Amino acid sequence: MKHRTGSMLLSYLLLIIITTLFIAPLMMMLLGSFKADHRVLLESGSVAALLPHDLSLQNYSDVFRRSDFMRFFFNSLFITSCIVICGLLVNSLAAYAFARLQWRGRDLLFNLVLALMILPFEAIAVPLFYGASMFGLRDTYSVQILPFIANAFSIYLFYSFFIGMPKELEEAARIDGASTLRIFFSIITPNAKPVFATVAILTFLTWWGSYLWPTMVTIGPAVRPLPLAIASFYTLPPLQWGDILAFGVMMVSPVLLVFVIFQRWFVAGVASSAIKG
Amino acid sequence: MSRPGQLNDQTMPALLLVMPALIGLLLFILIPFSTALVLAFTDLRLGSPLAVSFVGFDQFLHLFNDPDFMRALLNNLLFAAVVVPLQTILALALALLLNRGLPGTVAFRTLFFMPVVFPMSLVAVIWSLIYAPGPNGMMNAFLHWASLGHWEARDFLRDPLLAMPAIMLLSIWQGVGFQMVILLAGLQGIPQTLYEAAALDGADRWRQLLHITLPQLRNPLIFVMLVTTILAFRLFDQVQIMTRGGPENATTTVIYETVQAAFARQQVALASAMTVIFFLLVLAVTWLQRRFTHQHREVA
Repeated sequence: MKHRTGSMLLSYLLLIIITTLFIAPLMMMLLGSFKADHRVLLESGSVAALLPHDLSLQNYSDVFRRSDFMRFFFNSLFITSCIVICGLLVNSLAAYAFARLQWRGRDLLFNLVLALMILPFEAIAVPLFYGASMFGLRDTYSVQILPFIANAFSIYLFYSFFIGMPKELEEAARIDGASTLRIFFSIITPNAKPVFATVAILTFLTWWGSYLWPTMVTIGPAVRPLPLAIASFYTLPPLQWGDILAFGVMMVSPVLLVFVIFQRWFVAGVASSAIKG
Repeated sequence: MSRPGQLNDQTMPALLLVMPALIGLLLFILIPFSTALVLAFTDLRLGSPLAVSFVGFDQFLHLFNDPDFMRALLNNLLFAAVVVPLQTILALALALLLNRGLPGTVAFRTLFFMPVVFPMSLVAVIWSLIYAPGPNGMMNAFLHWASLGHWEARDFLRDPLLAMPAIMLLSIWQGVGFQMVILLAGLQGIPQTLYEAAALDGADRWRQLLHITLPQLRNPLIFVMLVTTILAFRLFDQVQIMTRGGPENATTTVIYETVQAAFARQQVALASAMTVIFFLLVLAVTWLQRRFTHQHREVA
């Protein structure tokens, strides 16, 4: 018994040390965003960086004055939402046809989709970039949305879920003469919410933080998303750390809020994608 | 149970359902990738007045004699060799700690997973402040304190020896929560009866870890190592924002060099050849993972 208490204490001690190291950057960002610009760097080397005092909202109003934050936020939200919503529809429909319908060429095409899963975006970025330039699509929303709607990994995740669903309900509906689309929307989707949540979360996380592609295809600030916007705000003279941190807090807090509320789904989604993969 | 009549019935609706996805995959993945495969064997360069011709493996030979590109390749391998084991061990340690069912586990799990939802560009900016030169910088001050005053303030991101480790550290910070969650799910899937049997046989905690936990966790472990290795080859955002490949190429990477060639120098063929090399690396890692995972299934 004594042994167990001791090892429990040791576990907690370890956890607390790791946690402190782990959250120091987060605390510094949060508190620094409320401090006068010159104090951020000055205090970052002392415990003062992690203590709240003399806080103000000045940096937040400076961000709105010095950059078009709301536009960047809208851009990111718009681009990511389009990819997520269109992607859920397009990929789940395809996965349904692969998992449940009988048709010629199905296995061949599905194996092709599986093979495409191995290609990371970086392996197609260069030719895609020249294609986008050739068709005059640089600096648009569509070039940041269209290429990412169809996704082999999403199709695979939907497929793995649909293939495990019981067939009885569908067969009954089919005998009653329901069309394929009707069966999909009235029987499949209501019973497949977990996989829709998983795919939505994974897609959102991937594209909300996407940096490489917007660096290549955007030119001006008009369709610039947040990850690129914070990188260029960081290099905007004069270097004002308070403003930069406030920008960061505003950029990440909506996602963080959604994450804390739907935490179980995030964690389950990430874990399930791995175990199937 | 497919009857012949049904088979014909479903071909049309099936094609309609898969069409949007297949068109997308064809236009935005298959065609661009095939184009890169072809262009890698040409000498295409935008803005060049010369006619394009096939040059065989010339671009690849050029790359393997290019010290910048070889350094990039080496940096990626170094990054993988350090980050993959360190991050996996840390993630495993955290998962084991959180799997003991202590009160407050959910709060700790939330904290460790939090950086995963941070875009890498934001992480890079925050850590640029942490690595600020001079004794006021957080990392310098921390090392000064931890070394009992022996640490002299350094400019991490402009120091050829320290720039890469600095980027490795923030990458681990951002990615460890992702691995931890996957390993935690794996741990929770291990049947409790295995441990009870081992305890009856008198196996201590260390032996249980070695002979039950690790073998049972084999596939999730291989998976997280695969994902992290591929991420190591994709390394770009942190480098672009924090060091631009410098100092003295200490942090340049394959993708960073590819973007430079494609973007700044308009060397289409050369950038395509780099893309092909990158793809072969990813292919090799994935093949290794499949091999090890399957072997396990045959044994089990």
